Amino acid sequence: MNREIVKYLLLVVVVLFIPLLVHEGYMLNVMVFVGIHAMLALALNLLLGYAGQISLGQAGFFGLGAYVSGILTTSFNLDPWIAMIIAAIFVTLLAFVIGFPILKLKGHYLAMATLGLGIIIYIVFNEAVDHTGGPSGLSGIPNLKIAGIVFDNDLKNYFLIWGFTLVSIGLSLNLVHSRIGRALRSIHDSEVAARVMGVNARILKVQIFALSACISAVAGSLYAHTMTFIAPASFGFNFSVELVTMVIIGGLASIYGSILGAALLTMLPELLRTFQDYDIIVYGLLLIVMTMYMPGGLVNGIPAVFSRLKGKSKREGGGDA
Amino acid sequence: MKRFSIRVLLAALLSIFANNVFAAPAAIKIGALFSVTGPPSFLGEPERNSAKMVVEEINAKGGIKGRKLELVVYDTGGDATKAVQAANRLIKEDKVVAIIGPSTTGESMAVLPVAEKEGIPLISCAAGSKITDPVKKWVFKTAQNDGLAVSKIYEYLNRKKISRVAILTVSDGFGSSGREQLKANAAKFGIKIVVDDTYGPKDTDMTSQLTKIRGSQAQAVICWGTNPGPAVIAKNVKQLGIKLPLIMSHGVSSKKFIELAGDAADGIILPSGRVIVSDVLPSSDKQKKSLQSFVKDYQNHYKVEGDHFGGHAWDAVMLIKGAIERGGDSPTAIRDQLEKTRGFAGIGGVFSFSPSDHAGLNKDAFVLVEIRNKDWALVK
Repeated sequence: MNREIVKYLLLVVVVLFIPLLVHEGYMLNVMVFVGIHAMLALALNLLLGYAGQISLGQAGFFGLGAYVSGILTTSFNLDPWIAMIIAAIFVTLLAFVIGFPILKLKGHYLAMATLGLGIIIYIVFNEAVDHTGGPSGLSGIPNLKIAGIVFDNDLKNYFLIWGFTLVSIGLSLNLVHSRIGRALRSIHDSEVAARVMGVNARILKVQIFALSACISAVAGSLYAHTMTFIAPASFGFNFSVELVTMVIIGGLASIYGSILGAALLTMLPELLRTFQDYDIIVYGLLLIVMTMYMPGGLVNGIPAVFSRLKGKSKREGGGDA
Repeated sequence: MKRFSIRVLLAALLSIFANNVFAAPAAIKIGALFSVTGPPSFLGEPERNSAKMVVEEINAKGGIKGRKLELVVYDTGGDATKAVQAANRLIKEDKVVAIIGPSTTGESMAVLPVAEKEGIPLISCAAGSKITDPVKKWVFKTAQNDGLAVSKIYEYLNRKKISRVAILTVSDGFGSSGREQLKANAAKFGIKIVVDDTYGPKDTDMTSQLTKIRGSQAQAVICWGTNPGPAVIAKNVKQLGIKLPLIMSHGVSSKKFIELAGDAADGIILPSGRVIVSDVLPSSDKQKKSLQSFVKDYQNHYKVEGDHFGGHAWDAVMLIKGAIERGGDSPTAIRDQLEKTRGFAGIGGVFSFSPSDHAGLNKDAFVLVEIRNKDWALVK
């Protein structure tokens, strides 16, 4: 457990030091999005990696958080913080209610049901034009503020978002190392066995689904208040798939993996801009290569690559002597 | 061998260094955000092509005041998040003096707070009137407002003494903006919307909506969408034997629509920019020269016909060129000069900006055309 605390503190230090390295540049802006995506990947990983329940509708919860916050602050002039809390409660309750019937399904059927859920939410964003502004979006969402500090630039937003991200990481680490975390993993391995052991699988699955939705909704609110503009296109099926990719590339059932996956998938397109028109092809190829050669995700893959390199150099060294 | 390659490397480095020191005055950097991929690629691709083409031409003629232009294009994939990231990159990393795009209204609304905050002029290529209404200090646009196209259609209906219409709009940004404008302007022209229906961007059959329209009091059908939906509607109208006049939006004013709709396109009326009818315009038309050079160049460069979407980017580059020629090349000077642009005859229309108008066009930016024998004809 002590090692966990050291690892977490190390992450906190890294997060605090990044702004010193990247200053006001646009990379700081990208890092803000890395933070939001890390929260979303983390939320999905709790569900997918730990409990073994797939969701292809995470972008829907993310979007709901963003839209509830956006609508409450623009149309009803509510304080952004209150809007954010209402959004989180609303989405959690919704996920809780929907979770009961949906999580009875397994495997492909669960994937289908969550996919449908995501698409329905997306359609509502598009069609409820009077409230959501329809496909051309909702603008004029206010920034968050605390005691006179308005979060209106990249540096402030960076600390705001990563503050939330670090808290979510801390809570998730705590959760997965607790009795509940062990119960979740037992459901992942065999739901029947878990039940026999006295784990209330049905309730637990719904609870983790609701928690995952709640974290996603908070990320959505943060997104809305930092971007000050939202449009349905950001919350479509493609984004749900991107989140699943982040979790898988990063490493299933690894909290730090989610952060790595989110960072990689958010920053890679920016780094590949040099390839100009071919960036999408390079991006796709990299993803294929990574899943082929690092099936356990980056968290397991990177140490494996290092140890292999070490082994190799040792062998070569031996040859020379 | 090793030594040789190091020497080559050194030589290469030296030449790069030398180039940087002794080169002509640095290029003026202009940023561009287009959705070259993703659903709005039908906008982004011609826009990117046109912008690249016109920048090349300006440079071939010696640039602006002896300085070359450099265009930095980023693809947004139609996603607001990516557009904002790319805009930040253009401003902070590439240090551009002005930005062209994005292609869609949604992305433009997402990017404009960035441009406003950083003080970089932005010329959007999207149509939504809310981009420049209310006026924002740093934001301009070249695409014609949807409201202008609606006025053009309603004037025509008034002339034909048609007062009851059915509207069928696509449920995306383009369609919802059109629907809003159609509803907002109807009363002013004494027009009543008796059926107000929508269809999905990917729908492949609209007979149910059209059957509803057939059973109504409507005297004409106005359809608002971009390819391929309207072509399906044109075909469905023919299949169902609906005899009402069918009016489309400027979203289909490209040859692609006629190809898709085939015989069903005949007799359809739509408002359009002048690009597609550049050959048949009277020579007194102010835009004729710009239009013909754009159409010819685009054909030579890309072997396909230029459309008005590409024209939005062409106009934006030329507006920036004019602004830099008259003033300096700092973002503030460009903004101030853009606002002073009067009577610039581009592709989208004759632009005249002012402190209270950053859209710059009036309804003469559109002409009404009818599709006859798979070609465009001007409606007088």
